[in-house]
Amino acid sequence: MRTVRFRYLPVALAALALVLPVTSLTDAQSKGTIKIATQSPLSGGQAALGEGIKLATQLAIEKLKGPIEKLGFKVELVPFDDQAKPDVGVANAANILADKDILLVVGHLNSGVAIPSSEKYKEAQLAMISPANTNPTITDRNYLNVSRVCGRDDVQGVVGAEFAKTTLKAKSAYVIHDKTAYGQGVAEFFKADAEKKGIKVLGFEGTEEKSNFDPIITPIKAKNPDLIYFGGIYDQAAPFFKQAREKGIKSQFMGPDGMDSTDLVKIGGKSVVGMHYSTVAGPVEKYLAAKAFKTEYKDKFKKDPEPFAAQAYDSAAIGLKAIEAAIKASGGKVPSREQVAVAVRKTKHTGLTGTVEFDEKGDPKKALYFVLQVASDDPTKWGDNKEVKRLSIAAPPLKKKP
Amino acid sequence: MDFELLIGIFPQVFLDGLILGFMYALIALGYTMVYGVLEFINFAHSEIFVVGAFVGVEILLTFQAAGLLALVSPFLVLLVVLLLGMLASGLLAVTVERVAYRPLRGAPRLIPLISAIGVSFFLQDAVRLVESVWRNAFNLVYPTMDTLNIRFSLTETIDVSVKSLVVIVASLLMLWGLHALVNRTKIGTAMRAVAEDQAAASLMGISVNRIISLTFLIGGAMGGAAGVLFGVQYSLINPYTGFIPGLKAFTAAVLGGIGNIPGAMVGGLVLGLLEAFAASYLSLLTGGAFGAEYKDIFAFSVLILILIFRPKGLLGEVVRERA
Repeated sequence: MRTVRFRYLPVALAALALVLPVTSLTDAQSKGTIKIATQSPLSGGQAALGEGIKLATQLAIEKLKGPIEKLGFKVELVPFDDQAKPDVGVANAANILADKDILLVVGHLNSGVAIPSSEKYKEAQLAMISPANTNPTITDRNYLNVSRVCGRDDVQGVVGAEFAKTTLKAKSAYVIHDKTAYGQGVAEFFKADAEKKGIKVLGFEGTEEKSNFDPIITPIKAKNPDLIYFGGIYDQAAPFFKQAREKGIKSQFMGPDGMDSTDLVKIGGKSVVGMHYSTVAGPVEKYLAAKAFKTEYKDKFKKDPEPFAAQAYDSAAIGLKAIEAAIKASGGKVPSREQVAVAVRKTKHTGLTGTVEFDEKGDPKKALYFVLQVASDDPTKWGDNKEVKRLSIAAPPLKKKP
Repeated sequence: MDFELLIGIFPQVFLDGLILGFMYALIALGYTMVYGVLEFINFAHSEIFVVGAFVGVEILLTFQAAGLLALVSPFLVLLVVLLLGMLASGLLAVTVERVAYRPLRGAPRLIPLISAIGVSFFLQDAVRLVESVWRNAFNLVYPTMDTLNIRFSLTETIDVSVKSLVVIVASLLMLWGLHALVNRTKIGTAMRAVAEDQAAASLMGISVNRIISLTFLIGGAMGGAAGVLFGVQYSLINPYTGFIPGLKAFTAAVLGGIGNIPGAMVGGLVLGLLEAFAASYLSLLTGGAFGAEYKDIFAFSVLILILIFRPKGLLGEVVRERA
């Protein structure tokens, strides 16, 4: 027995040595640590966008944590990789809830991940500010803790249909979607509004296929629509568009903000040049206030900010402001998660992408919608995409359930 | 329902299905050969396929960076890429067999199967790691070679691209070559002997280990060729691309009668055609009630039906000899 005990002693000492200095130092200097979590895909096909959200939040925390540090708290970023998968997002959410220091989540990228994950946050009234989730359900559940700084798919679908009708003069359209909450959602709104405006919808097709689109393309080619609308994300849409052009389809292409990544032209090449996409987040270059952000981001991370990075920066800024207000309201102590969630809703913030003020359900009172045209097959020229249309539209009011 | 449309697209869909089917058949060969000799399902084969695709894209991108792509004939380039992809995948398959399967030979059936699944996960993430360190990319795109994208119009409504023809011709050549190798050469006789009875084969002076390595080399090379052709045909690949085609090809192998080489080809073609027709026609025939997303359900329902009536697969009983 004795020898066994001695054998473990050095291990225990080593473990203590690792843990002790860290805890004692922070205790001496501050009242505690406040953590801000990000949840976005950091690996997989959508990692480019997801990483933008993480890095922009990191930048926001570094630049704007001053006021909270003055109140005696450290601010830390805890990035989570939701892999764009709902189950991973929910599992991460459980870990986030377990860490009592986390008072705010900035995320997600995908609505299909954000919706189930935020059900988890709701259990603890943990505030989530979304930079990118456009599915109406996000805020239509009327949860106190869930807010977003961007527009919505039901409006985005309408913007797309409006553009197809008035600018592209499309008489017929074929709608494809990726069967996710996001892609199918926006595709359905596009279809409904397009039909209302007199565009003939020749087909409505969902697919999870990632590489071989031949059998879907053949009927489309036979029906020869003026426009093909793809409700989904670039990693699926780009190969689809590429194969469609290779098979000789001449229709115009259009999609929602899921197209908005340099990867679209990296994969799609010449076939996507000239196509249009609507977005709730224009390229960073289109926001005048974001100029300094772009340079700082590039200096620090050696790459251009992806779309939604500026929105993530604003989300984090709103969160930091709210946390500061909540600390003050609770008399300098660590606020509860619910207090932070309440404070988020009250925050009015003028950031990189404009002034954000939340309505009763967590949508921005006015959100910007853009239609852009892909300018070049050179990925480094993604910022040159031409802004064809810009609209500021109010979020639809909360539908009262009967 | 628009009958003119339904009939009009038929030849094109048939062609799409054939190309997909040949792709499945090429991958299925890797499963079927290994099963024929060892009666074991090499689940890592889908990753061996992906490694072929990645080696192919890396070579093509290197060529492109060096400006060679515009100078050299695309068919020559493709031949080089195919051979190197086959070599890489073949050698990888042999290594996998040596490291992960050979030590487990003689263990209960399930043990190497689990080892294969482990190798599959390992290779997926190894490819992901290498590509993210090397290119900081997840999705890689095969460079466009204009000559391969030229389309011939067979009639007004049907056309076929050069690269599709390349896929068909290459697949046919490889399938024929393999069939001849197994049935008409000494090596093939040795392989069949090992498949029949390892102990007896080794008593007859056949080096069982060498024959098994050779089986993995050939099966892996076929997988690598399929990977390169897959990349050329569908252009986008990522480290997880292999999973679904791998599963489908395994299914094709079972459908045709696993362990049987012509069976793999028949199974691949049947599955490819079923899938293409389901994806193109389901929504047209049901007025949009069932869309292309049901193609796999349809294809696999047919598969279950076939297996209920022919449990050994389409060609499972006709040809007794294995690989």
